[in-house]
Amino acid sequence: MLAGIRTVDLRKVYTSPPPVAAGVGGFSFGGSKAKSKQPKPQITALDGVSLEIKAGEIFCLLGPNGAGKSTTVGILTTRVRPTSGQAFIGDHDVWLNQVVVKRLIGVVAQRPNLDFNLTAREILTFHGAYFGLSHHERSKRAEALLERFKLTDRADHMVRGFSGGMMQRLSIARAMMHDPQVLFLDEPSAGLDPQTRLLLWEIVREYNQTGKTILLTTHNMEEGDALCQRLAIIDHGRVIALGTPCELKASVPGGFLLRLRFGVHSPEFLERLQSLSGVREVRATDGVGADLYADRGGSLVPAVAQLASAAGVELHDVHISEPSLENLFLHHTGRSLRE
Amino acid sequence: MNWKTFLAILARDAHVARRNFVALLFQTFLQPLMFVFIFGRVMVGSGYMPPSYKSLLLPGIMAICMVGTGIWAVAMPVIAEFQFTHEIEDRLLAPMEISWLAVEKVVAGTLQSLAAGLMVIPAAWLLLRPGVDLRVPHPLLFAAVSLLVALFSATGGLALGCSMQQTHIGLMFSLIVAPMIFFGCTYYPWSALESFPILQKAVLVNPLVYASEGLRATLVPQFPHLPLPAVLAVLLFANFLLMAMGLRKFYGKAVS
Repeated sequence: MLAGIRTVDLRKVYTSPPPVAAGVGGFSFGGSKAKSKQPKPQITALDGVSLEIKAGEIFCLLGPNGAGKSTTVGILTTRVRPTSGQAFIGDHDVWLNQVVVKRLIGVVAQRPNLDFNLTAREILTFHGAYFGLSHHERSKRAEALLERFKLTDRADHMVRGFSGGMMQRLSIARAMMHDPQVLFLDEPSAGLDPQTRLLLWEIVREYNQTGKTILLTTHNMEEGDALCQRLAIIDHGRVIALGTPCELKASVPGGFLLRLRFGVHSPEFLERLQSLSGVREVRATDGVGADLYADRGGSLVPAVAQLASAAGVELHDVHISEPSLENLFLHHTGRSLRE
Repeated sequence: MNWKTFLAILARDAHVARRNFVALLFQTFLQPLMFVFIFGRVMVGSGYMPPSYKSLLLPGIMAICMVGTGIWAVAMPVIAEFQFTHEIEDRLLAPMEISWLAVEKVVAGTLQSLAAGLMVIPAAWLLLRPGVDLRVPHPLLFAAVSLLVALFSATGGLALGCSMQQTHIGLMFSLIVAPMIFFGCTYYPWSALESFPILQKAVLVNPLVYASEGLRATLVPQFPHLPLPAVLAVLLFANFLLMAMGLRKFYGKAVS
């Protein structure tokens, strides 16, 4: 049975501290005095997110920290109660049919949450037991997963001494142990070395080929670009762009982005930049910077430099980005994903 | 209700307890048994305490062991697994309603507490003999009181564990558990407080009083003790209250 994911106008307002992984920034509690007088602080983590993820798709939620990615995953995995709106795994409402939904999903949390009292193998076999697998079946699957994730030689060690990468691999193996229809990976490659990241991508693709739906969150654009069939860019709890990586990149005016810094510039000077051939859009970023969206990159630099020198404006810095999701995020929000 | 999942999680707790068995043994029994040795053996042997104190002390020590074990077995994992290691998340995602996980913790804590209570009797008896006069006129009543005491320790552990921050663990023991033990009629019967009337009334809010007095009433009824029906009623009430509070707080921690 294949299962997709659907959310309808999901909203989440936290009135108590959000879970760590939800990463909502700027949250603070007042002292005991403030508590009694002021209303509880309210943080809107999700502000009407509607998504439709097809069964068998690798879908990515891309956005900066605190954008609402982990809250979305939290709601879809029964751990966060939506303030309003609905979330479905297959045909099942997540909040109303939690036990059914839990059988359909596998979850890799953002921070390691392995059972420190168990060995690697026991973590997998007990997880299998929670899901009602027979003794024989869970031993067999655990062995295969340990092999696939290159953990066989540490299988009978306690996980306390594992490196971050090993813990992450084991978390993913555990999530696959009961063969879920939908796999959630919250920032799966954070802190992984490039080699392990490639192994992870390979395993995710392989799992997807068996018809499984995969939802992963990341703030790493290359990962979204390389791995996902479609992605949604979210910021401040809203979906700001949705499509295939190609479609999304093509939606940036021109595609190329030149980030320029000057000594100082004026509106007239920016207008002149706008008139250069190939330039689609110019945006002042602050008193001294400008973002140029254009259909070419390096070949535009001489013209910009010439224009600057003619206007008596000193050009300090030029940074050229090829068409990328980063450019798209910048175009929508005026901020870099890395900021 | 998904019993397969429930039992698998219980099996996980049993597996972990087995793995930590020796440490658990020392943690549970060392201090109470040293107390038994000094007060029951040394002080009685040297004439500072009357010989009958041996029999009076044993039910109190049993209560301390049971309550300490149950609270420790439930509260500590709840505090650590939610706040520090997050390792409970895998079990929260097991195909079972979340509240059943809290029930599982209470069952595991009750079993550990009962095991501690049953193990401390022969150990203390060996340390104290001769002269321990255990009568147990109604074994079933003794079993019922033991079960209620064990349940109280586990539900108390759940309620405490779900209300405490990780940084307050030390405070929990010095501010709640230690006064509970000292004012819990463990080392003396409730009737011994007659010359301190205010204190005698005040300690009645402490559920451990009913635990020690209940065990005293069923193990060594020859000593003065609180009436058994009152003990059973209060323990039952405390169990319900703590369970309800624990479940509510557990759910609040599990779902945001």
